Amino acid sequence: MTTPYIMLVDDEVPFVETMSKRLVKRGLKVIAADSGNDALVKLDQDSKVDVIILDVKMPGMDGIETLQEIKKRHPIKEVIMLTGHATVETAIEGMKLGAFDYLMKPCDLDILMSKVQEAFKKKHEHESKIDKARIDKLVLTRGY
Amino acid sequence: MNKDKHKKYYQSLTRNMILTAIIVSFTPMLLVICILLQQFRVSYHEKTYAHLSELVQKHKQNIDSFLNEKLANIRFLAVNNSLETLNDNEFLQEKLSTLRRDYGNVFVDLGIVDEKGVQLAYAGPYGLENAEYSDADWFKKARRIDSFISDVFLGLRGYPHFIVAVKKNEAGRDFLVRATIDFMAFNSLVQNLRVGKTGYAFILNREGAFQTNPAMEYQPSHRGYEFFWTAVEKTKNKILITRWQDDVGMENLYAVGSLKDGQWLLIVKQLTADAFSDLKRMFNIAVIIFLIGGLGIVVMAFYTSRRMVRRIRRADQDKENMNEQIIETGKMASIGELAAGIAHEINNPVAIMVEEAGWIGDLLEEEEFAQGENLEEFNRALKQINTQGKRCKEITHKLLSFARKTDATLKDVQLNDIVTEIVSLSAQMAKYNKVSIETQLQKTLPYITISPSEMQQVLLNLINNALDAMEKTGGTIQVSTKISEVEAEHIVIIVEDDGPGIPEANLLRIFDPFFTTKPVGKGTGLGLSICYGIINKMGGKIDVHSTIGKGTRFRIWIPIQK
Repeated sequence: MTTPYIMLVDDEVPFVETMSKRLVKRGLKVIAADSGNDALVKLDQDSKVDVIILDVKMPGMDGIETLQEIKKRHPIKEVIMLTGHATVETAIEGMKLGAFDYLMKPCDLDILMSKVQEAFKKKHEHESKIDKARIDKLVLTRGY
Repeated sequence: MNKDKHKKYYQSLTRNMILTAIIVSFTPMLLVICILLQQFRVSYHEKTYAHLSELVQKHKQNIDSFLNEKLANIRFLAVNNSLETLNDNEFLQEKLSTLRRDYGNVFVDLGIVDEKGVQLAYAGPYGLENAEYSDADWFKKARRIDSFISDVFLGLRGYPHFIVAVKKNEAGRDFLVRATIDFMAFNSLVQNLRVGKTGYAFILNREGAFQTNPAMEYQPSHRGYEFFWTAVEKTKNKILITRWQDDVGMENLYAVGSLKDGQWLLIVKQLTADAFSDLKRMFNIAVIIFLIGGLGIVVMAFYTSRRMVRRIRRADQDKENMNEQIIETGKMASIGELAAGIAHEINNPVAIMVEEAGWIGDLLEEEEFAQGENLEEFNRALKQINTQGKRCKEITHKLLSFARKTDATLKDVQLNDIVTEIVSLSAQMAKYNKVSIETQLQKTLPYITISPSEMQQVLLNLINNALDAMEKTGGTIQVSTKISEVEAEHIVIIVEDDGPGIPEANLLRIFDPFFTTKPVGKGTGLGLSICYGIINKMGGKIDVHSTIGKGTRFRIWIPIQK
């Protein structure tokens, strides 16, 4: 298991910057995006991202829409929702749409770290299963 | 002041309503009664007059024909017999007997009187042969005309009678054939004529003297009867009906017809009060009905008006209260929106500040700062910034959740799904409090049409309350759903904890808005009152049972729509 590769998506640039520095300092690889669109473009360019931390409330494409788009294009990647105001509805909606979990801003960095680790672990397990399935399939087709 | 004005307003409203009710009810009643009475009066008068008129007419004819018949008898006697035959007591006696046989005792006697007034022959009970009539009033009148009927007079014997006489001329000499008619026989013709209780008949001559024995008449004044004479002459043989006040001041109804070629008057007299006694009775009944009805109307008008005004007053009061509530709610809503805006705006800067502080903290851990003199102070300050940031977060969070509008759109939902969602959402929080949440859901629940967000809010509130209650002790929350056995067509949701319970004094007020037992700043006291409102709106109900030390059970019934 390698270090998680994180994408931070928020329209508040100072927040993203500081958060990035802090996460990098804790040994994570971080890439920032300042809007939903930006995030999607960057995800297309760089497919190694493991976990996306996504602000719910953003101008333009909002968090929920971005989440849906990400899950469509990259179903294996885990998304943690970050909300300014945790309403039950958005949280539930996000979870229904496949978000791993949600956190409230401002959040404790340790909690964020542990969530990221959990998400990364889950993603890793998924990937292993997929790989194993592929190998099994390969084995079957090859007839060993 | 305001209260006074209100009181006056309601008083005048009551007055107006009473007046309107009375006028509106009285007017038609009065009109109907008056019109009917008037119509009845007119037709009753007509009927009474017609009856009297007919009565008089009939008797007039009767009497006239009685008199004419007697006259014809005598004339027959005079014409068919010569004086020689007539002038014989025995012959007269025989004729008298024949007449008496045919007509009863009407004829008293028969006599032949010569031109000088001496009775030549006589048959009858009084032995009046050679009686002298030359000075008698009737004789003087009878001599001048062919046939004559006298007025009633006392005559030689002092007994009331009248005379029928026919003039006969033989050999140049005039003779009179006269008969005395029994007064009693004639009188009975009239005396038997009675109308009502007080009505009776009598006959008057020109001089205003009675020709019959009136049933109860005292001598009337001439002035009165002169009036009848002139009136009857004017009406020309028709029956006159008039009212006249008699000498003792009683108003009487008179029906008058002329008799005997206008020499006599047949008068039927009846007290007006008696003639119209039915009318009077009718009038009395109408008055009684009017009075009773009027009393009823007045009482009802008072009663219903007051009751209605009381209701209006209550409705006004309710409306006023409602208005106040609406204004209050509006104020709360706008404050809520403002708070939400502020909370949202503040949240992001606070988040950045906290992050920056966190970053400084991270940097301080690097070696060059580790030996710094004031490292301790820096760390304390950063920790303080962090703490205050979290406090800000809590405040904004509360503001937002207070102002949040729940989505009230209705959807067909499976209640168990909502319960599962909320339970899983609360599970994390429960873990911190050492509380486990168990569910026991009946799988065959029907779909119901409710607002899912509202239902979520209700369940979240109940579970959060239970969690708060068991913060220190820990325990179990049991959430179950099933088709209610108590209420038909209802689903029941039970949220039950084994926490400390709610004291009985608080149980009654638990659904009141702003009632809270949490420390200041921790609870708004709105949670359960919002739940109550939501469940009520859904047409369901919510109740609570609690035992100190054993736990609390909330039950929610939601109706199943067909």
